[in-house]
Amino acid sequence: MLYAILCYHDEDLVGSWTREQDAAVMKKLAVVQDKLKKQGRLGPVARLLPTTAATTLRKDDPPVVLDGPYAETKEQLLGFYIVDCKDLEEAVDVARDLGNANPGGAYEIRPVGLFEPGDGVK
Amino acid sequence: MTDTAWIDAALTSARPQAVGALLRYFRDLDIAEEAFQNASLRALKSWPQNGPPRDPAAWLIMVGRNVAIDDIRRNRRQQPLPEDEAISDLDDAEARLAERLDGSHYRDDILRLLFICCHPDLPATQQIALALRIVSGLSVKQIARAFLVSEVAMEQRITRAKARVAEADVPFETPGAVERSERLSAVAAMIYLIFNEGYSAGGDTAEIRSPLCEEAIRLARLLLRLFQSEPEIMGLTALLLLQHARAASRFDAAGALVLLDDQDRSRWNRKMIVEGLALIDKAMRHRRSGPYQIQAAIAALHARAEKPEDTDWTQIDLLYGALEIMQPSPVVTLNRAVAVSKVRGAQAALEMIEPLEPRLSNYFHFFGVRGAFLMQLGRNDEARVAFDRAIALANTSAEAAHIRMHLDRLMRDSQPRGAKAGK
Repeated sequence: MLYAILCYHDEDLVGSWTREQDAAVMKKLAVVQDKLKKQGRLGPVARLLPTTAATTLRKDDPPVVLDGPYAETKEQLLGFYIVDCKDLEEAVDVARDLGNANPGGAYEIRPVGLFEPGDGVK
Repeated sequence: MTDTAWIDAALTSARPQAVGALLRYFRDLDIAEEAFQNASLRALKSWPQNGPPRDPAAWLIMVGRNVAIDDIRRNRRQQPLPEDEAISDLDDAEARLAERLDGSHYRDDILRLLFICCHPDLPATQQIALALRIVSGLSVKQIARAFLVSEVAMEQRITRAKARVAEADVPFETPGAVERSERLSAVAAMIYLIFNEGYSAGGDTAEIRSPLCEEAIRLARLLLRLFQSEPEIMGLTALLLLQHARAASRFDAAGALVLLDDQDRSRWNRKMIVEGLALIDKAMRHRRSGPYQIQAAIAALHARAEKPEDTDWTQIDLLYGALEIMQPSPVVTLNRAVAVSKVRGAQAALEMIEPLEPRLSNYFHFFGVRGAFLMQLGRNDEARVAFDRAIALANTSAEAAHIRMHLDRLMRDSQPRGAKAGK
């Protein structure tokens, strides 16, 4: 079974870390990741840009594009895509296409800051 | 991270919201700050034992409020301080707290806290010092160090600024749309000032002062989280990130300024660039341009060029043209002239800046740029005069060192070969 591990934390707090504190955490995480990598069990790893860079497409009829992250609590996270797009416009278009296929709910579109493809899982 | 490092980070991130809310309750900056201080002390005792609260800001507001109210009640027996109506809603604090914390209330609290630092009577240096003290929570010692002044001098500067803010009539009602947008632009300007205070440092002091740039970025992000659909705040945040991304390559080992064209681009911070580009991309979709967005777009064109010769100078020229219309200033025209020199040559650029001299006669960069154009045109004697003038006006030793390098090059070029060729 593949498991997705979704990372939640207080963004304000993480943003208040000094460069040294941030680097220290990343270093400790790398140790855990390396272990999984050696065992061939690590898939893609991504660090997302802050929610200030997020855009949300509400899949209403017609769909509405809003600034900021998805903030409602009545829906649940059911899946995600990683798509290569030349800009936000193109990413929003992809989300619209997906929305046409599956209306209702929302897509949060967030640029990926750091991406490791991780070929450990097939 | 150790316990105390975690708590420090939590206190820093909760501070604007907590002090902002306490200021709304007590309507007195000193009481609000002291209340937050007391709450922080209790947090240092309680959090390591009991674990972190789910919402640190709410915890700090509640505890700070209760401690301050106790103090006020105790003091009131000796002296009537302050009147009940000056302290808004003493009772049912807990019941209303949760409701007050979400929603737009705390957004206006933070904006107000930032805004009182931008009082128009306060000179820029006092605005920045005050914001760093009360919003960011830096110690007087840290601020004094960043400003390269003594702790005593900084203490006085902050005390004076606070006194002036206390006299000013800061409205505590929820601001209307127009007022909110005015506050927002004053606060954005102040954050940009904080950034520039760090950014304009010379190579010898850049290390000490760069925390100012990082703090400005943190405040800009905070503001953007509160006002998610403001393209100018996206632009401001992007601008700061894109400029700061170049920090590691802006000075050489001797501390002299390195121009954009000569910087080692592999040392630019890709992480900041990626975030800055994403924010501009997002801002552009609003089709409501503004000065921060345009400046960020210019910085983005530099960031996108892998080599200096890849830079899209034509687009930069156009963007500066738009900025000139929006925010006419001789400094903007001077910057545009640099783009013009790349697109249409040094002669066109020189003609563009000549009329600016009366207004920029004390401006280091004017003579540095003028000298560079003259040098490109082979008018070396005139270039030397301009460079001499620039050195006399240099604000930092890094600026002077940079110009001296140009002068040395002129000397090399004009003495041995120049004598023979009669150049």
